[in-house]
Amino acid sequence: MSEEPAASEQPIAPDEEPVTAPDPAALDLTGGSPDVPAAAPGERTRQPFGRILIQSIVEGNSVVVTVLAIIVAIVVGGLLIAFTDPTVLSAWSHFFSDPGHAIAQAWDSAAGAYVAMFEGSIFNPHTVAAVFQQKSLGTAFSDGTVSQVFSPISETAVNATPLIFAGLSVALAFRAGLFNIGAQSQFIGGAILCTWLGFGISLPPFIHVVVCVLGAFVGGAILGWLVGALKAYTGAHEVIVTIMLNYVMAYFLSWVLGTSAMQRPGRSDLISPVIANDARLPLLLGSGLRVNASFLLALACAVGVWWLLTRSTIGFEFRSVGANPNAARSAGISVTRSWIWVMLIAGGLAGLASTAVIQGTDFSLTFQSYGTYGIDAITVALLGRARPLGVVLAALLFGALHAGGIAMQASTSTPLTITTVIQSLVVLFVAAPPLIRAIFRLHKATARGAGQSLAKGWNG
Amino acid sequence: MRLELRGITKRYGALVANDGISLDVEPGQIHALLGENGAGKSTLMNVLYGLTPPDEGEILVDGRPITLRSPKDAIAAGFGMVHQHFMLVPVFTVAENVSLGEERTRRLRLPERIGPVKLPGLPSIPSPMGLLDHRAMRRQVRELSETYGLRVDPDARIEELPVGVQQRVEIIKALVRQANVLILDEPTSVLTPGETEELFTIMRQLKASGRSIIFISHKLKEVQEIADVVTIIRRGKVVGQRPPTATDEELAALMVGRQVALRVSKAPAKPEDVVLEVSDLRVDDERGHRAVDGVSFEVRAGEILGIAGVQGNGQTELCETLMGLLSAVGGSVQLDGRDITADTPRQRIRRGIGYVPEDRQADGLVATFSVADNMILDVFDRPPFARGIALNLAAAEKNATGKVEQFDVRTTSVETPVGTLSGGNQQKVILARELGRDLRVLVASQPTRGLDVGSIEFVHKRIIEERDKGIAVIIISAELDEIYALADRIAVMYEGRITGFRPPTVPVEELGMLMAGAGAGAGAGAENGAAPASDEPAGESS
Repeated sequence: MSEEPAASEQPIAPDEEPVTAPDPAALDLTGGSPDVPAAAPGERTRQPFGRILIQSIVEGNSVVVTVLAIIVAIVVGGLLIAFTDPTVLSAWSHFFSDPGHAIAQAWDSAAGAYVAMFEGSIFNPHTVAAVFQQKSLGTAFSDGTVSQVFSPISETAVNATPLIFAGLSVALAFRAGLFNIGAQSQFIGGAILCTWLGFGISLPPFIHVVVCVLGAFVGGAILGWLVGALKAYTGAHEVIVTIMLNYVMAYFLSWVLGTSAMQRPGRSDLISPVIANDARLPLLLGSGLRVNASFLLALACAVGVWWLLTRSTIGFEFRSVGANPNAARSAGISVTRSWIWVMLIAGGLAGLASTAVIQGTDFSLTFQSYGTYGIDAITVALLGRARPLGVVLAALLFGALHAGGIAMQASTSTPLTITTVIQSLVVLFVAAPPLIRAIFRLHKATARGAGQSLAKGWNG
Repeated sequence: MRLELRGITKRYGALVANDGISLDVEPGQIHALLGENGAGKSTLMNVLYGLTPPDEGEILVDGRPITLRSPKDAIAAGFGMVHQHFMLVPVFTVAENVSLGEERTRRLRLPERIGPVKLPGLPSIPSPMGLLDHRAMRRQVRELSETYGLRVDPDARIEELPVGVQQRVEIIKALVRQANVLILDEPTSVLTPGETEELFTIMRQLKASGRSIIFISHKLKEVQEIADVVTIIRRGKVVGQRPPTATDEELAALMVGRQVALRVSKAPAKPEDVVLEVSDLRVDDERGHRAVDGVSFEVRAGEILGIAGVQGNGQTELCETLMGLLSAVGGSVQLDGRDITADTPRQRIRRGIGYVPEDRQADGLVATFSVADNMILDVFDRPPFARGIALNLAAAEKNATGKVEQFDVRTTSVETPVGTLSGGNQQKVILARELGRDLRVLVASQPTRGLDVGSIEFVHKRIIEERDKGIAVIIISAELDEIYALADRIAVMYEGRITGFRPPTVPVEELGMLMAGAGAGAGAGAENGAAPASDEPAGESS
């Protein structure tokens, strides 16, 4: 008690306080957060699980964790490739007599699969060799060996494009605090309108493309608006509504493709007429490669979404509604109006994903044109941490996995499904940052802002 | 049990959160740790509870040094901690929560060969197919509850209990684990005045049973009331130890490091025209109960109307209705003679109503947004912060830099997420934002709740300055001290009605009666209406 008599008896002079004294805010930034600001006393703010999840995904994961998650997924995927390969398994059954052979077999199997994937998605050295075997560069261009060099990267871009659009859609809604599980239904809405405009009317070349693209946006936006409006006016939860609309639109697509308005004449299966040549998106790298203007449009949309979110008043509204709807409302922001607008734009973006398919590669609509874009978009948005740049990178990764997977299946015995496994592993590890932190002995990210609501308690 | 801390030092990078802190806690002593937010109290307690190892110093129990590597060690050493944010499972009952972690089990009779299950790397499972012994768990809670007058029903579900009772459950949890030293971290910040009194009664009983209590607080009154010894911490150092009889001024000065005005001086109000007129306002809360039931009052420019009352008597709903966050069932709100009852929050903000919400983190701030963004939360869509739909980030930053200085917000930069600031600084951010507009009316609900002495002084000063600029101010507070310090006129709310208007000279006892609903009858209103008639003749009986 009398340990520090000097200190305890010191008179308190006003000038004793240093000007640059550490303040609580500075303390909090050190990571230990000795005194996290007291939560509003009286009531403990109970956050819905969904918001905590969104925030921990948007705020919680560092880039490092994401990258490491991808690496771990690739390693685990490699093990899976190796140990589902019959030759590897037979080598391992003689492990004790020849361990080196068993390990070498496993390595060869996994490495072979990944090399094939790399060659199919990014760059294949053999194609470059082919270029040099041509008599001259001119013949190399004319017979398509040069375009062969760029074929893998083109396929990656083609596969990534719809994912960029749809991923942006999900990410944008995320930022406003909404789960858009309905990219699929919005894709279908956009695709129907886009296809109909593509074959149903005739317009001058450039204008026809633009009209179809706008049609795709509008088709998706209508469905997005519907979700936002239902939530705003009736309180219907967007997750339920979007999931249900996915079914509604999938069946509607099947029906509409069977009607005389949409079914290709002379066909009994569910497929639309081919869209007009004028309505097709221009190819970017010549006729040999499928990469088209929709890729550039997707990148432009990513920039647009980034600008909208960070540099516009609309995005400011969206973000405040997403991060704290109560505070947004108290500050005069109409939360319901934000919901409607963000779902309208998100729906439009998902609708645009259909242009990449309809106007870019397939040129007609079938009853399964929507593929798995709706679900993949969610994983892309999660992996991209709901940020436009992240979404583009994540979509490119998934696009590369898909493009490479096809090449891998063609040249090795590994089935295409392994790419799905790797995608799932990436998402699993991204969704489980503590696991990644534990594997790599990373320190916990500094709790700040929303993360705090999870992390606080020990501090008070 | 005698607890001694010797020269505890804890550094976070360059910052010294605890700087050679020494402390003696005698058995049966209530030892108060007084300090502002960020003074290092919680760090010290985290050290004591094994959550953060100290860089230097030692902890002695009954003269023997002990090492605490985890809360488990601390519990074994006889320390119990009641956190500010409770560690309870909302959907579990009291008994289940209390026994969580050390569940009592009944042994299900099984053949011996099944035996205790042990898995590598996992704690052993106490008894094979152990059945939870609910009866023993309940009995334990009931016994402790009776011994210390805690009045907790072991079968109640946590989420259905009021905060004060949840806190008692935390205390029971500590007692079940044989705690001899109870650490209460800002226990009263979540309690109503009544609940605080109950807590103090419990603390006295615990003390009588020979347990010592470390009571962390920044509230002078409470410390003076309950503590045996007061140790004051500032900037990580012990700056003094005083008996609880020390004066407010002395304790506050030690805490803040300079002389603090506990009661901000203010000139008499010069009320002018009526700015805000509320007549017969009726509001239903979310569950459809009538929360505000025929409230009428008016506020003049240049005066502060203090609305007193125990929390939960319709003040929150009244505030939210004034801001347009809730819609009125009946009655009207007029601003400068214009009916704004149906206006949206944004329209009201544009008309000049400023709002300091009761719960600053839930309703006032976006924790993940920067200080700069939070300061334009209500004006981001107008010039100079917006050009068309483009945000002008430079203008927002300039605005924030100016206001940070003007309102003395302690932050490393305007880009810092506001959620990392201390409560006082967060409140300053809200004030800076709201007072930065051209206001006609300021509605401030619990403006200083959870703030330390220095911040309270600042907030009160600013509110009085606004009044003197000719703004009509409404203060809603459950703290009578605050009402007395600020109000030029006091209205008391009870069960959705205003039970009386009084001048600020009214004795506490009379306010207390009104807060308990005693003035609700027409007789009391008419009788006392004559006294303050000079500045407010009408209003209460309408």
